[in-house]
Amino acid sequence: MLEAKNLTCVRGTRRLFKDLNFSTTAGELVELRGPNGSGKTSLLRILCGLATPAAGEVHWQGQNIRSMGEEFSAVVAYLGHQNAIKDELSAIENLRISSACAGKILSLSEAQETLKRVGLSQQQNLPARVLSAGQRRRLAMTRLLTADAKLWILDEVLTSLDDIAVNLSREFITEHLKNGGMAIVATHQDLNLSAPRIQQLQLS
Amino acid sequence: MTNASVQSMFAWLVWRDLILAWRRRADVLATLFFFVIVASLFPLGIGPEREVLRTIAPGVVWVAALLASMLSLGRTFGNDYQDGTLEQLLLTPQPAYLVVLAKVIAHWIVAELPLVLVAPVLGLQFGLSQNSLAIIVVSLLLGTPVLSVIGSIGAALTLGLRAANVLVALLVLPLYIPVLIFGSGAVQASVAGTSPQAWLLLLGATLIVSLVFAPWATGVALKISVE
Repeated sequence: MLEAKNLTCVRGTRRLFKDLNFSTTAGELVELRGPNGSGKTSLLRILCGLATPAAGEVHWQGQNIRSMGEEFSAVVAYLGHQNAIKDELSAIENLRISSACAGKILSLSEAQETLKRVGLSQQQNLPARVLSAGQRRRLAMTRLLTADAKLWILDEVLTSLDDIAVNLSREFITEHLKNGGMAIVATHQDLNLSAPRIQQLQLS
Repeated sequence: MTNASVQSMFAWLVWRDLILAWRRRADVLATLFFFVIVASLFPLGIGPEREVLRTIAPGVVWVAALLASMLSLGRTFGNDYQDGTLEQLLLTPQPAYLVVLAKVIAHWIVAELPLVLVAPVLGLQFGLSQNSLAIIVVSLLLGTPVLSVIGSIGAALTLGLRAANVLVALLVLPLYIPVLIFGSGAVQASVAGTSPQAWLLLLGATLIVSLVFAPWATGVALKISVE
């Protein structure tokens, strides 16, 4: 269970949000909404431990994530605005090397299987530099599939995806929730997910 | 899928940086050529007097090594920072100082080891004896890892800033001074015919201390920069 307690975020001189409280449990989707600049990305970065809130705490299973350190990193998969893809590596190298650096060694066939799921099997040996924006986003999504993380934190996950990929990511999120995972998704579009429990979180 | 241990994550991270450097080898060669050219300008500018060249050789080679390693510092974290990989590395289940240490080791292999290997050739231009050439190599072997690891602090602190390269130089060069003194001191001692052992021991001590403390400091700096 993830709990946000009295989170306050300040960027420069502007206070983005104050005393934000929410909690989410296994199988639940949190849809984070708000206009541009309302602090969605800042909140997500706080939740995954990359940023520190001006005040308040984030707890995972009752423990402050600050004191958990790397132990918490093992349960989170974060997909931010940046895809974290290396232009010099091919699609399959990107997948295999980044997941090995994160502690998951994929065999060649597992990596191929994962790329196939996101529809990149044709492009697996192309250098990532020649992939289109949507294809790069798909490649970044493979990180979620291989990470084995309980908590997915997704920032504008549908950006530059075509209809097929949008449906794919819906499918992945639904499946993840069904397996007892949780997901926090910042989005402008409607996710239209058939998740059993959906929580709406509005930032203003 | 198998769960990998922290050691294997570490090894993969070093390997990843080596592959990336190999695919971008022009960067590596640029550093190496810079080192060679800077050190070669001095004999050309000063003239062929043996005694003078021999006296300045230790300092020149070491200063050139410092400047060359400065050039490559920005790349340690810069590319990973820009494409978001750095965030992901900091979110892996290994402590930040291990991420730093892996990147520092890769940086040393890519940017500093070639300098160590060509240094004897440069030493020949200054008419150094074989014994002194060997001491140049040993002192660089001990000293250049210190440059990588201390430089990583500066590189991490200046991530994402404008004019980062100039700032890194201002931050890091003063910290390099002990290494410069010990390193060129060792070579000077051997040119003068005395034992360089004391200098090399000091270099070794600097290496151990910096390897213990600097990755930790860099890890903290990275977290601040990513925020």
